[in-house]
Amino acid sequence: MSRSHRSVIPGFGLSLGLTITYLSLIVLLPLSAAFIKTSGLTWEEFKTAVFSPRVLASYRISFLASLAAASLNCVFGLVVAWVLVRYPFPGRRVVDALVDLPFALPTAVAGIALTALYAPNGWIGQLFEPYGIKIAFTEIGIFIALTFIGLPFVVRTLQPIIEELEPEFEEASASLGANRWQTISRVIFPQLLPALITGFAMAFARALGEYGSVVFISGNMPMRTEITPLLIITKLEQYDYAGATAIAVVMLIASFALLLIINLLQKWSRRHHAV
Amino acid sequence: MASTVSSLSRSSGSVVRPLATRDATWVRYMLTAAALGFLALFLLLPLVAVFAEALRRGLGAYFEALKDPDGMHALKLTLITAALAVPANLVFGVAAAWCIAKFTFPGKSVLITLIDLPFAVSPVISGLIYVLIFGAQGWYGHYLNAEAPWFPALQAWLIEQDFKIIFAVPGIVLATVFVTFPFVARELIPLMQQQGNDEEYAAITLGANGWQTFWKVTLPNIKWGLFYGVILCNARAMGEFGAVSVVSGHIRGETNTLPLHVEILYNEYQFVGAFAAASVLALLALVTLVLKSLVEWAHARRHA
Repeated sequence: MSRSHRSVIPGFGLSLGLTITYLSLIVLLPLSAAFIKTSGLTWEEFKTAVFSPRVLASYRISFLASLAAASLNCVFGLVVAWVLVRYPFPGRRVVDALVDLPFALPTAVAGIALTALYAPNGWIGQLFEPYGIKIAFTEIGIFIALTFIGLPFVVRTLQPIIEELEPEFEEASASLGANRWQTISRVIFPQLLPALITGFAMAFARALGEYGSVVFISGNMPMRTEITPLLIITKLEQYDYAGATAIAVVMLIASFALLLIINLLQKWSRRHHAV
Repeated sequence: MASTVSSLSRSSGSVVRPLATRDATWVRYMLTAAALGFLALFLLLPLVAVFAEALRRGLGAYFEALKDPDGMHALKLTLITAALAVPANLVFGVAAAWCIAKFTFPGKSVLITLIDLPFAVSPVISGLIYVLIFGAQGWYGHYLNAEAPWFPALQAWLIEQDFKIIFAVPGIVLATVFVTFPFVARELIPLMQQQGNDEEYAAITLGANGWQTFWKVTLPNIKWGLFYGVILCNARAMGEFGAVSVVSGHIRGETNTLPLHVEILYNEYQFVGAFAAASVLALLALVTLVLKSLVEWAHARRHA
């Protein structure tokens, strides 16, 4: 702390003290409660709680649906970000603002709206019904809800990077005889890759923990369409606090690992662009 | 993670590009169509569906559904929750940004990462951790039942008042504070770092004290960023579902916020009521998006 004393700006002690106190009370202490509660379990109890078949099935569906949704978001997020930055069209500002809708719309509202759309009698669901394809209350429904909430992460990570692309690289590539496709795949895409991976990781991390938008559309069948956050709630409702907390600890460790990876990716992305 | 949510520093300017670096017309039309089609399908259609379902039985049924007393109570609780959670995180956000942006100290990057933590935690877990602390089986419950507690007078008072945290309003507020914790701080930290300390140095050299410097120099500089953070924080505070669902206990007319009220009506197959309540929240989301765009526009104009 000694270096701070050289600053003439006052308020270091007050602001840091307030920040650390509030952070500890609201975030760190409650989070540590989950780890303390779980440390009271024996290893055998912990294993039964977090590796029982029903729990394993929930990890599987949460992981696969999040992975699929984040992947689809990468494809369309890239297209949306590219179009929004590069191609002027009427109403672009409105469309740009709309991209943030999943951040602003409460997840429960998104959940019931998507369910209404994709249910067998819904606007989209009835198009697939004659072919025997069910979307709501299946894995596909979970995938759709997770795609909805993850989209802005990819678009908003890519947009500033596309804006900052130096046109000189493209001009050099074109003047050296590359066609447009070669320029895009060998010059532009490699520059966007770090941001694309960062956006993917963020959308994936958000999808893993998502609850509100999924719980309506998933149908919540154990072993088939039960995501991990829902299983935690189910255990809580059965007063199985230890079991719920043990699963929560597994999820917390996964989220913290992802947060670490995202931070490293962002550093990589920034270094990539500093060059 | 929040750096994507907040995007005040973005600028969007289109430049006329030379032919060699422009995409072919058919590529542009195709990509634009793909992007707009995807957005229409995944973003616009759900939004339209909310209002269409709410108005399915006509305007009369819609307004009748809005007048539901439980719904009005849920709306009131949602507003109270936001009115408590947003200012708390606003004060914290300013304090955190002040010490992180204006000073150098060891462990700063760790502090920034810790502030981000709530974004990485599943909403369900955000509620669960408060149940572990304040629930009947948790630390708070043990305290109330302890035979030889610290501060016996406090225990007696809490029992006498029947002061509940979980399945009551205080728990809802706490869980909301947790999930909206980083919004203001994450918006202000990069903004204040970017602005540097020069103006504050000038103010202090000219004889201003700390508070004067803050109110008259720093605050006017960060007001748009502050407003932006508050808008996002408020939207999340009013719309939070998972965390609040765990701690609320779902008592009708008592501990139901508007998103929880939507869930209850939906699960009771009262679709018009559920979507009417949802339409109020969707309107809130639209207002948030408009305000957010206006702030971005004002900010871009100031820095143009």
